[in-house]
Amino acid sequence: MTDTAHQAEPVGDKTTPEKEKMVIIAASGDLDKAWPVLILATTGAAYGMDVTVFFTFWGLGILKKEDAGLTGDDWRQKMLSMFHNASPSKLGLSKLHFAGMGPAMMRGLAEDHNVASVQELLEMAISLGVNLWPCQMTMDLMGLKDEHLIDGLSAPVGAGSAISLMKEASISLFI
Amino acid sequence: MADIIVDARNLQCPMPVLKLSQAVSGAAAGQTIELVATDRGALSDIPAWSKDTGNPLKEQFEQDSEYHFVVEKA
Repeated sequence: MTDTAHQAEPVGDKTTPEKEKMVIIAASGDLDKAWPVLILATTGAAYGMDVTVFFTFWGLGILKKEDAGLTGDDWRQKMLSMFHNASPSKLGLSKLHFAGMGPAMMRGLAEDHNVASVQELLEMAISLGVNLWPCQMTMDLMGLKDEHLIDGLSAPVGAGSAISLMKEASISLFI
Repeated sequence: MADIIVDARNLQCPMPVLKLSQAVSGAAAGQTIELVATDRGALSDIPAWSKDTGNPLKEQFEQDSEYHFVVEKA
């Protein structure tokens, strides 16, 4: 196989080659999942790929504003928001959480070792043109409104949009 | 001497690749960009990025425990 064999060129129009696509489904609100989601998304964008991250279920917490406060209209949604008050600075660990000591230690370590924070990577992703898609169904389920989420996001979409994009993406990940 | 110097020292993965990619996209074709990094992962990440994005790696060397990569914008 030659070096150029894998570089798929779109048929026909060579002046505006379509970018390769990468899709990540971010379904977890754990710090140890948010990190790889954003590291891979930003790196994909740095590779010149058209990257989209679809944030669903707990993953939506990554996009929540720090000052969103108690969200939801109904008491169950408010309970959810109270007991799972997610936002980039509050994400927990999937293991070794120890009532918040684990993530605090991990963030301290990351800072000491100059690992970019979730917030920094989010800003980087937005500036690199990564498409951040909130899941509309999860927003409805949790009673989240556009104003509870950070700026720079695409309009909320559903699973169909994610599937449609994954069908033509060269990299699709569920994290 | 490269046209643009990017200091990614003490930054961890994926920042060296991100900083380099931002600098390259802001550069004009033919300009050279020198990335200085201390992340050991950059030793394989930068050549891979250069190969995959088609911006050739003109030079790579280590000096005082810092890794230097000179990339030319395609």
